[in-house]
Amino acid sequence: MNLLTAQAPGGVPRSGKGLALGIWRFMLVALALVLSLGFTQLAVAQADPNREMTTAAPGITADQWRQVRSGETGPNYRDSRYASDYNLINSSGETWRQIRNRWVSPFGLIAVFGMAGLIALFYFIVGRKYLDEPRTERKLLRWTLVKRALHWTVASLFIVLALTGMTLLFGKFVFRPLFGDGVWAWMIAATKVLHNYLGPIFGVLLVILLVSLIKENLPKKHDLVWFKKGGGMIGKQHVDAGFANGGEKAWYWLLATVGILVIASGFVLDFPNFDQGRDTMQWANIIHAVGALGLTAVSLGHIYIGTLGTEGALEGMTTGYVDETWAKEHHNLWYEEVKDQTLSEEEVAARKSGGDSSAPSATRTS
Amino acid sequence: MAQMKFMCDAERCIECNGCVTACKNANDVEWGIQRRRVVTLNDGEADEMSISVACMHCDDAPCMAVCPTDCFYKTDDGIVLHDKDLCIGCGYCLYACPFGAPQFPQQDAFGERGKMDKCTFCAGGPAESKEEEYEKYGSNRIAEGKLPLCAEMCSTKALLAGDAQDVADIFRQRVVHRGHKDGGWSNNPQASADNLAYDAAHKG
Repeated sequence: MNLLTAQAPGGVPRSGKGLALGIWRFMLVALALVLSLGFTQLAVAQADPNREMTTAAPGITADQWRQVRSGETGPNYRDSRYASDYNLINSSGETWRQIRNRWVSPFGLIAVFGMAGLIALFYFIVGRKYLDEPRTERKLLRWTLVKRALHWTVASLFIVLALTGMTLLFGKFVFRPLFGDGVWAWMIAATKVLHNYLGPIFGVLLVILLVSLIKENLPKKHDLVWFKKGGGMIGKQHVDAGFANGGEKAWYWLLATVGILVIASGFVLDFPNFDQGRDTMQWANIIHAVGALGLTAVSLGHIYIGTLGTEGALEGMTTGYVDETWAKEHHNLWYEEVKDQTLSEEEVAARKSGGDSSAPSATRTS
Repeated sequence: MAQMKFMCDAERCIECNGCVTACKNANDVEWGIQRRRVVTLNDGEADEMSISVACMHCDDAPCMAVCPTDCFYKTDDGIVLHDKDLCIGCGYCLYACPFGAPQFPQQDAFGERGKMDKCTFCAGGPAESKEEEYEKYGSNRIAEGKLPLCAEMCSTKALLAGDAQDVADIFRQRVVHRGHKDGGWSNNPQASADNLAYDAAHKG
């Protein structure tokens, strides 16, 4: 404090000589600075590699890099991030990306739309399968109320999940440019919520449906003949079939295998709170996408045959009852078992107005 | 236009975690999320090596390629940013990212991870106002003509940030100056930095 105040008055009445001295002094200092810069530059250029080497961290060997890439982390691997179990390099990420973007996405699209195209072609060339004989107007109970409810719930969920799943995979190419960011943000968020919350419900219900139908879908010898003859889908022929024909059984077992895989992998993706790693979820995602896209493609066939493709099939799943003629032509072996249980339309109406679903289920046969 | 890149000179990194702290402070990052991490290989051994890792703002960014909502975009400076309004927290960017950069505030059932968070190269993100931008993405130092705080505050200048060409020039200079075979620290004979070091060493 004292020093500062003492110097200030001394500096003010500076003579001309003092000023010149000041300039000289300044120039000397500047020169010294420039020279010293030159020296340091010289010193930098002359760094001794051998001396540098002694203080340098030795390079990491190729083996160690390989270890890092393969995801191995030794006991002396440290990551400063809170609760991080991630490697330095996630090399499987690129594999996942390539499989998903180059294979699953385009071929999934080809599978689903190709199937739709094939079905359309089939419909225009072969057309609908009509009943050969006129209806007898006698009805047979095929699906109880419980099973119909289960089927339609699972079916609706399947459609919602297929649409939302495909939006997650392809939506950004279609809806974002179409609707703009505002709508797209809302739409994709809703898509994810629907997919993630309806998925587990679908999973549980599908398992219940599969269990309830296993007896009718056990493979039989005549199913092989059914497949050899293409299920009699073309032309007037009819092939032996029990309650479920070969095609229905194939769909059943596809759902019982691939469907279960899709559900299981879906749970892995849906509940990331069980400490499953990134790698596990990559594989779960591929299994889920391939399986689900495949099932979506095949489901189109199931939907076509059950609605547009076959006369008299849909009413079985909507009303629960099928016509005697339909049963005779499409499920002859089943018809032989239950032909004495036919009901007139009045009897069916009476049963339904009874409103008791347990009554018809008592006559459930297979 | 510049191509912004990070580079960590592991020969200099002393694992002080200053970059981690600087980042958390500059961007007011949510609890549990650490946009930058320091990874140490062979801790306590003679060949111990530390690298500071965050989003590397890839040229061909895998996160961008797999995002179902297409929420990522690249700025003119080559910085990979994302729109939190579009993010649905599906976690795909995390599956794909080579560096484990994307993080999520939660880890709940039904894939409820919350909006993804990652390093923005201190370039903020899409928002209506400055306040909203800071709230969602942290500071936008690039808009103020500043580089990311992690690199700016690095005590040993191990972490370099800036235009790829500048960063490469600085690192090349360092390797040549070190003049020995470990100067490029990667010890990969195919890496050009190592060739540089070898050349420097042999020319004396």
